[in-house]
Amino acid sequence: MTSTIEPTRPPRRRDVLDDLESRKLPTSAARIVVGIALAVVVLGVVGGLGPAKSVVLGWLVTFALPLWSRVVEGSRKATDRLVTLLVCSAFGLALIPLASIVWTVVSKGAPILGSQFFTYSMRNVVGEGGGIYHALVGTLLITGAATVISVPIGLFTSIYLVEYGEGKRMASAIRFLVDVMTGIPSIVAGLFAYALFVLFFGEGVRMGIGGSVALSVLMIPVVVRACEEMLKLVPNELREAAFALGVPKWRTISKVVVPTALAGIVTGITLAIARVIGETAPLLIVAGYTDSVNFNLFDGRMATLPVFAYSSIRNPGVPPEFALDRAWGAALVLLLIVMLLNLIARLVSYLFSPKGEK
Amino acid sequence: MAKSIDVSDLDIFYGDFLAVEGVTIPIAARSVTAFIGPSGCGKSTFLRSLNRMHEVIPGARVDGKVLIDGEDLYGSDMDPVNVRRMIGMVFQRPNPFPTMSIYDNVLAGQKLNSKRMKKAESDEIVERSLRSAGLWAEVKDRLNRPGSGLSGGQQQRLCIARAISVQPEVLLMDEPCSALDPISTSIIEDLIHELKTEYTIVIVTHNMQQAARVSDETAFFNLSGVGKPGKLVEVGRTEKIFSNPEDPATEAYIQGRFG
Repeated sequence: MTSTIEPTRPPRRRDVLDDLESRKLPTSAARIVVGIALAVVVLGVVGGLGPAKSVVLGWLVTFALPLWSRVVEGSRKATDRLVTLLVCSAFGLALIPLASIVWTVVSKGAPILGSQFFTYSMRNVVGEGGGIYHALVGTLLITGAATVISVPIGLFTSIYLVEYGEGKRMASAIRFLVDVMTGIPSIVAGLFAYALFVLFFGEGVRMGIGGSVALSVLMIPVVVRACEEMLKLVPNELREAAFALGVPKWRTISKVVVPTALAGIVTGITLAIARVIGETAPLLIVAGYTDSVNFNLFDGRMATLPVFAYSSIRNPGVPPEFALDRAWGAALVLLLIVMLLNLIARLVSYLFSPKGEK
Repeated sequence: MAKSIDVSDLDIFYGDFLAVEGVTIPIAARSVTAFIGPSGCGKSTFLRSLNRMHEVIPGARVDGKVLIDGEDLYGSDMDPVNVRRMIGMVFQRPNPFPTMSIYDNVLAGQKLNSKRMKKAESDEIVERSLRSAGLWAEVKDRLNRPGSGLSGGQQQRLCIARAISVQPEVLLMDEPCSALDPISTSIIEDLIHELKTEYTIVIVTHNMQQAARVSDETAFFNLSGVGKPGKLVEVGRTEKIFSNPEDPATEAYIQGRFG
């Protein structure tokens, strides 16, 4: 008898193998079904069913995919395909208002954009012509000042919450108040700023800086929350590493914790700016509206883009179409500024993110 | 350089919870002392109390005396920041600063304290520290690359370089090799052998062979039961602890009968 040991292998079981090699739909199945659905939509539109109905019909056709899958692949894969389909549908649904807004604003606002639109104010302009220079200046100044007020307050509050306030009553009270502040309606923030400035300057005060204060009230809680989350993400090991080198706490925070979280902090701040730059109501109350350029935050009324759009629609004058065009143009510029801010936020977070993680 | 530490009757608390009780241990200068014992027995807690890192955790405090060359570490006029400048620490997981290059990581102790230095001087510190940490040959051509791009073993040696670049008197190591492979571990063990000519080293380890290999003195910690404080069972020359321990619990632990 030879003593070579045969490698023992479990007998091949036909049924196990069958399970492993279950039947599948062709890889192009999803594309085929989507193609048919699109064809149905086109046919529906051409056949006079109207776009909305055709799209719904096409959407219903895509449910053929999970049904087909159920027949061929079994229930687990069919469920997977069904949920994928539902998720994609929800995404498409969410995209509709966005696409609609972008389309409307761009198509109505784009024609008026030009050098005159950006360099002229509305001073002494009746009917055609004029521009948003005064409102652009106002928006940038007021939002800039609001940022200058909010960022230090918000950042330092979050540093207190994360680095010093852990487990303290004071910290949980602040956190609660910040949450409450997040829910303040913007009109209330505007009234607060107005009431505050009336205390110093009397009834009927209008000032750009008042608008900044109102926007700060809205911005601070957003900044606090964003910065807090980012500071919390900094691993404790880095703090300990710095402490163990004999670095005092304040230097650890300013040179290790904040730089490590900087990318997220800057992104959070930029998004907070984007959130307040389109505010109308508070600015209408404290900053008011004017046709002229005003560079002085501390003196007199100041126009801003949202208020400009609002008042152009509200009092278009005669004939109204020029004012309406300018309002759409202002809305488009506002949209572009917000998009630019988002792009800047991405760029900054890319540039500042800890080295080696890019 | 290199100071001795004398701990007498030290109790360590987390809030009201007594974590480590009544530790009395002398640690000689220019020697390697290893702390061994089962998980949760307070080795790391005790180690952290030696450079006042313990009190970073809210509610943590100690009771007792830690003398470093006769000076009371917990004396009222002692600044914990100065204590930590004198007693460096290497952690369980390598933790280089992700925002800094290898070069800046080594100089972190100086840079974070805004110490002004000439370029030549800082170059010299970086090279000396990286050489002592056995990392110079591997990174000398990429000092400006981020420290987080190194391998785990290299990162840990970078952290050791960072700790010794401020020239501490004592180096505490909290399971420095537990996240590393055997090759990196042996590099770091060789490093400990070299460093002990200049520094007093205290190392916590779960690896008994490692304790036997690197240390001159070994201290065995144990806890008598769940929720009870950890205690120092015995301390002595490493050969003696490993060959002829006085306490039966030490013998049982070293022979792998529990823990």
